Amino acid sequence: MGMRLEHVSYIYSPDNAFRKQALKDINLEIHDGEFIGLIGHTGSGKSTLIQHLNGLIRATEGKIYYNDQDIYASDYRMTDLRSHVGLVFQYPEHQLFEMTVLKDVCYGPKNLGLSDDEAKKRAKEALTMVSIAEKEYEKSPFELSGGQKRRVAIAGVLAMHPDILVLDEPTAGLDPKGRNDILDQISSLHKQTGITVILVSHSMEDVAKYVDRIIVMNRGQVFMDGTPKAIFDRSDALESVGLAAPQVTYVMRCLHSIYPDMPMDATTVEEAKTDILKYLEADK
Amino acid sequence: MGIIKAAKLFYDYVSKNEHDEIEDVVHAVAGVDLDIEAGQFIAVLGHNGSGKSTLAKQINALLFPTGGTLWVKNMDTSEPENMWKIRQTAGMVFQNPDNQIIASLVEEDVGFGPENIGVPTKEIWKRVNQSLKSVGMIEYSHHSPNKLSGGQKQRVAIAGVMAMEPECIVLDEPTAMLDPNGRKEVIETIRQLNKEKKVTVILITHYMDEVVHADHVYVMDDGKIVLSGKPKDVFSQVELLKELRLDVPQVTELAYELKQAGLSMPDGVLTIEEFLEAFEKIKGGE
Repeated sequence: MGMRLEHVSYIYSPDNAFRKQALKDINLEIHDGEFIGLIGHTGSGKSTLIQHLNGLIRATEGKIYYNDQDIYASDYRMTDLRSHVGLVFQYPEHQLFEMTVLKDVCYGPKNLGLSDDEAKKRAKEALTMVSIAEKEYEKSPFELSGGQKRRVAIAGVLAMHPDILVLDEPTAGLDPKGRNDILDQISSLHKQTGITVILVSHSMEDVAKYVDRIIVMNRGQVFMDGTPKAIFDRSDALESVGLAAPQVTYVMRCLHSIYPDMPMDATTVEEAKTDILKYLEADK
Repeated sequence: MGIIKAAKLFYDYVSKNEHDEIEDVVHAVAGVDLDIEAGQFIAVLGHNGSGKSTLAKQINALLFPTGGTLWVKNMDTSEPENMWKIRQTAGMVFQNPDNQIIASLVEEDVGFGPENIGVPTKEIWKRVNQSLKSVGMIEYSHHSPNKLSGGQKQRVAIAGVMAMEPECIVLDEPTAMLDPNGRKEVIETIRQLNKEKKVTVILITHYMDEVVHADHVYVMDDGKIVLSGKPKDVFSQVELLKELRLDVPQVTELAYELKQAGLSMPDGVLTIEEFLEAFEKIKGGE
């Protein structure tokens, strides 16, 4: 189960001079419970792709199946898909609008037709998941800090109880601690609830630290698809499309070229530290 | 005296209720002392809300001190008659390139500033060409800015500031919205302007790797400067930086972690080369 894309292509403005093919023959399978990092430079098609996942954009060609149902079938209810696939846009705090934090998070579930009580219950759960304390519930969302606002916006999507959570650069513009807080929370949410997460990111360090699978987009196509280790092992290929491996991977590679017994596939600081200490231990 | 100097600088945001009574006062900048020499590359770090942007806006006379004094090239920024002179001396580039580009052609956008201060037409074109060359965007002179990538737009914005021939540029998180390629382009451009044109650069950022080559780093917290020094000294304070919601480059963190584990790694390792050198010493010393 999960989501399956078959030969998906998308062309912006197909009938005039601004015609641009944004996606070209995408074939992907997204399994339940995966934590996926979607990377690629600006204009590689990442944002266009994720908007297909909850039906905001309709593929020019190809098919998309959610739990084996064709989402473009005439009897398929797109509103169902939107409650299963939650999309958190870039700078989602720009979409906050209600008088209080709690009301803002209730907005989605209420629109699903839930009662006030049920909506509030879900909103509180969602706010707890993103560590927004109860004393903030009655504040205006605009009184909060940047990182808090963003977490409230993410709670608004979580309160819809999506099966797949798609986040488009959720840490842009936040300070390093704010970045880590949000990603740690998403990661523990993933572990606790088994929700499928697709994280669009420019930070290879973040992607390496959190995800199980990386999809690299380039010129509207899937350029690579694999585990972080497999992807970052091919840093030359990544560099050819304007990306790079985490800095620590380059450190390990340099060490390996001098000390051939040093493993070179670490992608996080933690792994590199373990590898180096082990190497020195064995060397004694 | 340096090009930018602050003495006990304060800026308060005051919120009032409907009866015009003061409800809350936030000291966004709280007693900052600065002395920045002309031609330096300065980096300012600090978490969201630490007062970096408020400080930057004061250097550009967008905000005026509520306490203490700030001088830009010996001009007191609290004197209204100095305002335009100060803005010409210290140009500013903001985070979002889309909010600062106004014309329909790249060259017109860059010429907007000098035109506004009454630079003669011939001289405007000369400045436009020079600034676009200095940011590597001359071949886009006749392009529409809205078709450019984020990094290219930000370079056009920098060219627009350069066309005012400022002695100092303040950049407030200029790469926050860019992808890794765009970030690289912009940082290289800034470093080059600093090196070749001797423009004083004040770079505000959250990306620690952009700070490694700065001449001097200031770290702000709660409106104050809590740490200041060469990148090497600042990045030696891994624990303190983390307490301040900041980070260090991965190679610095790795060296720090290994030191904690008992290896004789030096403090403040900033580059892969330094790391390798230190590691070789450890291996050789066995």
